[in-house]
Amino acid sequence: MVFSFDLLINAVVSGILIGGFYAAVTSGVSLSFGILDIVNIAHPAFIILGSYIAYIANATLGIDPILAAIAMMPVFYVLGAGIYQVYYVSFEKRGQESLRGLAFFFGLLFITEVMLVLYFGVDYRYVEARYIGPSWHFAMLDMPLRILVPCLVSLVLIASLQIFLTRSFLGRAVMAVAQDQLALRLMAVDPIKIKRIAFGVSIATASLAGAFLIIIQPVEPSVGREYIGRIFAICVLGGMGSLPGTVIAAMLLGIVESLTSTFYGPSWAPAVSFGFLLLTLAVRPAGLLGR
Amino acid sequence: MIAAGSSNANGAAPALLEIENLGKRFGGFVALENISLSVPPGERLGLIGPNGSGKSTLVNCICGTLRNEQGTVQFGGRRLDGLQAHQRTHLGLSRSFQLPRPFASLTLADNIRIPLLYTVATRRGSHHAAHEIEERCGALLRQVGLGDKARHLPRDLTQVEMRKLELARAMAAEPKLLIADEAMAGLTHSEIEDILSLLFRLNEQGVTIILIEHIMSAVMSFSRRLSVLVSGRKIADGMPDDVMRDPEVERAYLGQ
Amino acid sequence: MRTPVFLLIWLVICAAVFAAALGLGNDYIFFAGYVVLQYVVLGTAWNILGGYCGYVNFGSAAFFALGAYSTVAIYRLITEHEFYRMPIPVLMLIGGIVSGIVGFGMGYLTLRLRGAFFAIATLALAVVLQTLVVNWDYVGGSRGAYIIRPEQIEPIGNYIRYLFLIMMLLAVAAITIARLIEHSRLGYGFASIRDDELAAEASGVPTLRLKLVATTISGALMGMAGAPFPYYIGYLQPSSTFGLDYAVNSIAMPLIGGTTSWVGPLIGALLLGSLQQIATVTISSAVNLLIVGFLLVIFVIIAPNGIIGLIHTYLQRKPEDFVGRRRVEAEMPGQAP
Repeated sequence: MVFSFDLLINAVVSGILIGGFYAAVTSGVSLSFGILDIVNIAHPAFIILGSYIAYIANATLGIDPILAAIAMMPVFYVLGAGIYQVYYVSFEKRGQESLRGLAFFFGLLFITEVMLVLYFGVDYRYVEARYIGPSWHFAMLDMPLRILVPCLVSLVLIASLQIFLTRSFLGRAVMAVAQDQLALRLMAVDPIKIKRIAFGVSIATASLAGAFLIIIQPVEPSVGREYIGRIFAICVLGGMGSLPGTVIAAMLLGIVESLTSTFYGPSWAPAVSFGFLLLTLAVRPAGLLGR
Repeated sequence: MIAAGSSNANGAAPALLEIENLGKRFGGFVALENISLSVPPGERLGLIGPNGSGKSTLVNCICGTLRNEQGTVQFGGRRLDGLQAHQRTHLGLSRSFQLPRPFASLTLADNIRIPLLYTVATRRGSHHAAHEIEERCGALLRQVGLGDKARHLPRDLTQVEMRKLELARAMAAEPKLLIADEAMAGLTHSEIEDILSLLFRLNEQGVTIILIEHIMSAVMSFSRRLSVLVSGRKIADGMPDDVMRDPEVERAYLGQ
Repeated sequence: MRTPVFLLIWLVICAAVFAAALGLGNDYIFFAGYVVLQYVVLGTAWNILGGYCGYVNFGSAAFFALGAYSTVAIYRLITEHEFYRMPIPVLMLIGGIVSGIVGFGMGYLTLRLRGAFFAIATLALAVVLQTLVVNWDYVGGSRGAYIIRPEQIEPIGNYIRYLFLIMMLLAVAAITIARLIEHSRLGYGFASIRDDELAAEASGVPTLRLKLVATTISGALMGMAGAPFPYYIGYLQPSSTFGLDYAVNSIAMPLIGGTTSWVGPLIGALLLGSLQQIATVTISSAVNLLIVGFLLVIFVIIAPNGIIGLIHTYLQRKPEDFVGRRRVEAEMPGQAP
């Protein structure tokens, strides 16, 4: 283990930047699992789907992946709303969401992944954009733009989500539906519709997160599996639905992963996120800024 | 560990259930504060209070479903700190849930079988013969008027029948102290009478009973003693007639 | 039906199946059949914790892999130096013990978590275990491990037939254990935990203890299924051994077959496993997961009680029910099918 201050600082900064990206990836699950209590274990699959769509737009039309993803967000929203409707009718209504709902999403994870394999093969895909390649140098810091740009945009995404949840009527209804459905009904608001909207938004974030992912690293269908642990670790650690908590937890995880990778080698990295998750669940299931 | 239980003025038997300064909070919300209660064996205690006053929380703390941060609960002279809910049931504490929690995939008979298998059989150190348990299940269900539905599933029951099942299941554990949490909500007058006579019979057999109810006629006719909980505090404790005449109690029920 | 009779019937069935397979003259049937039988064990084991107790374990692969890797470790330790080749049944026992202990440990760490958190924790544990194994060079690390499988074993012939036979016996053991649990006091306890853990506690059921029993038995059986695997496959690779594929199959098969009894995982594994083997040969192996995924989603939506549930509904349809009311009775533990 070679220790140098330079290496340390860069590892930490790198961790923070990647943490910003992790926050975007997790934001959807903070909504669906943290607030709505829906264990959407298939969320990474939708992110990968977003990556591939960004790839197609970029490879065939030369569009910037982030712009393409933003354009696709409405489509993902509709997909999310549709999936929630099936989930609600099949499971939530019958009170069977624990085992069967979980299995449903698990199945979706595999269906999505294999469809992508069948259509695109297992080769790694990547996108091209002006900010992929160059790095920004600042003193001893070395920040690749391909990580910096997604990090910044993802913080914008999270900020927008937070404003939506706290300032808009719909957003506040979403927060309310997690706490008291009856009260919502008494206000003549249909909780099911609110949950559908929220889940749609959750999947819409996957579109953008997917674009970020394929900017940061090449993507192939099974990459999503690495993220299941990260996403739920961050969601739980971040307090289950608290977006600021998600950002902090994401950056924390990013830093720890980065340090582990730099000083101990990347083969230990998966254990870090999952180990984090286990620790959080064991010690403080309410997370850092818990509900 | 045998602690000195409290005894009443004429030096009678120590309390079966002794609660001292019990406190429970949920985050910043104080659900129960400074609750002290002494229940001698054989007592018929009524526990009343407006909705949200903490009655069910108190039951949860006594039975181990929730942990109280402050105060102690003693049962039969023994402190219950750290004991899990099933251990307390083995000691002789049993409760019915205010919102019925049946075992949805099991028949009514099997619902009753669970406490028989896991509390009664464990306590007696031997396993009943299968037909003995079967008979006991049937007998208990008949006592609450559900005898002909033994092979049905809980989803076929009405709300009222589910409450009866809840009570029967609590009784199946052969408790020394039974806490009936709003077991009579929604029952007709004659059904209330049935349940009351059932509880009276249990009491005669030596079971101490705490009745939590909103139906005042039932509470008054059943209770030998009455305690009132308002906003997490006990505001009255004594003979039913005295308590009902207490101005603070009147205020709690009629409002300011 | 008493258990010895049950066992006897199944052993006769096994003998018949083995004889028939030998008669086919093509050893491929043993290769394919081994995988299907392996899934019978995995599915049955998963169902003890998942179907009976209601705790969804996503980490099946970890227990399976631990069994496989204990075999590798022993192989490295003993067999490679040609001291002694451990018989497979002994390896199974060891694999079972290792995985059982880990199952107990996992239970102790995670069983205080409710529903979804437990499932996620099991997934996390599986990955942590995988990372530990991948970084342990003694068993080959990420490069994988080679096991040299003997060619023949007398008097059966090709070694694969021996492996098939052992796995078949393990499958019988698994369903017998599952059935025993179902009809016992333990089975009632499990069902009460699944239906309402709080009420179970209040009724005197020692829930944590029972859940630990479930995770230990479940883990041990999975480990036993994994122990012969290195001999079957010859080259063990952590990424595929710990793969999510085992997790999804061990969940899908009981869910599709029906989670309330031992019959469900058996049916699910036989059907789904065979389907997958056929698909691998005729189309491609990637399609396997697609099949599992689709069937899982469809069954979970349309037939929540699995194939058992469908059969039940079909058998209990009476004329008056067609007037509009459909009766669906859930399987009740305590009744022998």
